[in-house]
Amino acid sequence: MFGKLGLDDIPYHEPIIVVTAIVMALGGLAIVGLLTYFKKWKWLWTEWLTSIDHKKLGIMYFIVALVMLLRGFADAIMMRTQQALAAGGAEGYLPPEHYDQIFTAHGVIMIFFVAMPMVIGLMNLVVPLQIGARDVAFPFMNNLSFWLFMAGVILTMVSLVIGEYGKTGWLAYAPLSGIKYSPGVGVDYWIWGLQISGIGTTLTGINFFVTILKMRTKGMTLFRMPIFTWTSLCANILIIASFPILTATIALLTLDRYLGMHFFTNDMGGNMMMYVNLIWAWGHPEVYILILPAFGVFSEVIATFAKKRLFGYNTMVWATACITVLSFVVWLHHFFTMGAGANVNAFFGIATMIIAIPTGVKIFNWLFTMYRGRLEFTSPVLWTLGFIITFTIGGMTGVMLAVPGANFVLHNSLFVIAHFHNVIIGGVVFGMLAGLTYWFPKAFGFKLDEKWGKRSFWFWIVGFYLAFMPLYILSFMGAVRRMQSYANPEWQPFMIVAWVGAVCILCGIASTVIQFIVSIRDREKNADITGDPWDARTLEWSTSSPAPFYNFAHLPHVGSVDAFWEAKKEKGMAADKPTQYEDIHMPKNTVAGPIIGLISIVFGFALVWHIWWLAGVSAVGMFVAFMFRIFNDDIDYYVPAAEVERIEREHHKRLEMQA
Amino acid sequence: MRMKKNLGWLGVLPLIAVLLSGCDAALVDPKGLIGEQLKSLIITAFWLMMIVVIPVIVMTVVFAWKYRHSNHAAKYLPDWAHSNKIEVVVWLVPCIIILFLGIITWKTSHSLDPHKPLAPASETMEVQVVALDWKWLFIYPKQGIATVNQVAMPVDVPVHFRVTSASVMNSFFIPTLGSQIYAMAGMDNDVYLVANETGVFAGKSSNYSGRGFSEMTFDALALSKDDFEDWVDKVGQAPQTLSFKGSYQELAEPSTDHPVEYFSDVTPNLYRNIIQSFKGGSGQSGHGEGHGEKAMSAEAAE
Repeated sequence: MFGKLGLDDIPYHEPIIVVTAIVMALGGLAIVGLLTYFKKWKWLWTEWLTSIDHKKLGIMYFIVALVMLLRGFADAIMMRTQQALAAGGAEGYLPPEHYDQIFTAHGVIMIFFVAMPMVIGLMNLVVPLQIGARDVAFPFMNNLSFWLFMAGVILTMVSLVIGEYGKTGWLAYAPLSGIKYSPGVGVDYWIWGLQISGIGTTLTGINFFVTILKMRTKGMTLFRMPIFTWTSLCANILIIASFPILTATIALLTLDRYLGMHFFTNDMGGNMMMYVNLIWAWGHPEVYILILPAFGVFSEVIATFAKKRLFGYNTMVWATACITVLSFVVWLHHFFTMGAGANVNAFFGIATMIIAIPTGVKIFNWLFTMYRGRLEFTSPVLWTLGFIITFTIGGMTGVMLAVPGANFVLHNSLFVIAHFHNVIIGGVVFGMLAGLTYWFPKAFGFKLDEKWGKRSFWFWIVGFYLAFMPLYILSFMGAVRRMQSYANPEWQPFMIVAWVGAVCILCGIASTVIQFIVSIRDREKNADITGDPWDARTLEWSTSSPAPFYNFAHLPHVGSVDAFWEAKKEKGMAADKPTQYEDIHMPKNTVAGPIIGLISIVFGFALVWHIWWLAGVSAVGMFVAFMFRIFNDDIDYYVPAAEVERIEREHHKRLEMQA
Repeated sequence: MRMKKNLGWLGVLPLIAVLLSGCDAALVDPKGLIGEQLKSLIITAFWLMMIVVIPVIVMTVVFAWKYRHSNHAAKYLPDWAHSNKIEVVVWLVPCIIILFLGIITWKTSHSLDPHKPLAPASETMEVQVVALDWKWLFIYPKQGIATVNQVAMPVDVPVHFRVTSASVMNSFFIPTLGSQIYAMAGMDNDVYLVANETGVFAGKSSNYSGRGFSEMTFDALALSKDDFEDWVDKVGQAPQTLSFKGSYQELAEPSTDHPVEYFSDVTPNLYRNIIQSFKGGSGQSGHGEGHGEKAMSAEAAE
């Protein structure tokens, strides 16, 4: 009846997990209680959960990402504490059984459930506005993508309290992840969490690829697109091209585990090297999926706050395109030590270094955007400056790793850990926090508190250097990654410094939380009446803040990259007040998205525990829900011109009052 | 802003700190030819990239400060967004650096290829390495002995480590001597290393392999020729022996923090038998979770 699931699978004998579960349950109850008390269930369902509004989906992605950041960071600080303690024979407080799950969950959560939703959330919020569109190409699919992503998140969180998570590292290398060496359900949670959310990501890729190519407003040729839209386009091309590889690889691993096949096993002709190749053929493009949109954020931020056109727009675009293509021919640099020949290693090493060229050019272009500008030191600019320096150092250590000879001693050491945190924290996290601060007024109608934003920045950057520079040093002393304990007591002082760094980062995260609270409290004071609080350059700032659900009453017309900026300089802001409005065609909300998403959680859970009847029922349930949606013709409506006029009048009235 | 500058320096600091420190820094103080070459390669690559990294850090700080919003003395050109001269420089400089680095990469990928012998076969010693759950088995085919979690080699004699696994993927790594190589079931991988000074060096698996991974360490002893002979004799007097169908199967069972063991005799072709055992259907025992195949191969071994 319940497959492999039994009462023993609930880890009630592990105090850490029990306490976490209780805190999570109390938090959940508090939210349920508040929603019930304020009678907000209907509002939540109709305004948010079923919404196909790309801005609301973007906000929901970001909220989930921030919650998951707390979980992923809890894992991080537990690991740092363990390594600070477990030196010279000491066992620390986490047994391998638990420690191994933590580093696996940390990697998976930070990449798939923090970085990815931040990037996708920002794309959702910004891209349609930047290209002057009213929504994405496939609004229902956008909602479905979100819910499939949520299913992955929830399955991963469920593994904490029912059963276990993988003990394999975040990429679940075979044959360790095979049924023989990982007979528990941990890898199955990994499989179904990533498989379901990965399909959501693929759909997002298709959606935004089509949106950017087909839904740009009049006059916006490809080379008039804002840089963030360009980098998003490239990231989505990478999603479309690489995520199917992940899906297929995980599917093959699933066949190995569920049906006793031998794609990646040790024997019967299985080949674990194929797994490593396939997973990195996805895994390397994946890191560019994360970093390219962050590059886009920095480009927008630096041009806006330097009050100057972006230096070398064309170069930026071509550099981005180069990186996109090259990211597919470098995957082997993740395993130079597998034993490939010198020619193969040299080819992939040099291909990897070549990526440093367009990346370096981008860095110089940001620098020359500041040059002869008027740079305002807002918190997004601080994140950008911190990024340029940190990312340059991370890029340098990346090129060092790309030299196969050097890689033979640096591979799998803490050098790798320090390197990729150097680029992911310095690049993606800083980028997303800059983007969050920059576009927050567009989403909510008021600015974030600058004081706490800057505090967050300083904690993060100091914390980052304290936490990861010691790891570079440790790698030269021979320390490798994923150690639950180590014999050499000389490593301990560096581990303790790294722990202090992690505590600093904790303060940074706390500052962000306080920043939200303070900003919401002072929302009247920080309100953005104009819709253009930064005196910015791109189309999203031409509409009100928060943007109306239809984005633009009249689709704008674009004549150059900085069309909105030029229009402001010529005519001033409030000048163009249209006299006539028209009906606007909009998609209707969907219940199919959340329903399919919720059933997919049951589906994944049933497969994890081999509850076959439930898997069958939920598969049919998803199919039926999908069919209902497909044969439903009532999916769109017209916003009457009068309604549009009323909303726009209100905005103009507020503008005039402020003037 | 001064703080920013300090942070920039932090990027250079770790290397300098390690270079100056005298403590047990494996990669900085290598004890073998390969390790020496890898160290100088890392340092060359580091300084080559400093040609770009240092100007970037300086420019970030200088530009941000000079063109700050409140500095009305600085030139302000809001529409200046293109310069062929600058574009040429920012493309050309990284291209040249990567060209140099590419040449170095091509050369060192070949000269430091782990599979490349360091001396004629007659002057090289062969050691066969098997990664087990979670310990290292070292077989000396010529001497007919084997050890667990301890490997010895005479100084200045290149060693041909042939590396395989009888379990999941691991990576055979002695940081003080140089290159690591993956250990994979059914695969006969190899790496050539040499110790040029006597000493005891920490060896380990660098590729995560499960529960006992952190304690999957061994000592690599670099001994003088006489001491090595003595060591071989010592191992040769151990009471235990190792055979593929007998004691090896027991040894292959999962264990953590395994003590050093000596085997005075090894059945010929043990290393090959281990690799061959993965070519067909009956693999080696798993993590001892009651798997059908394990019972079968154990029975066959009786």
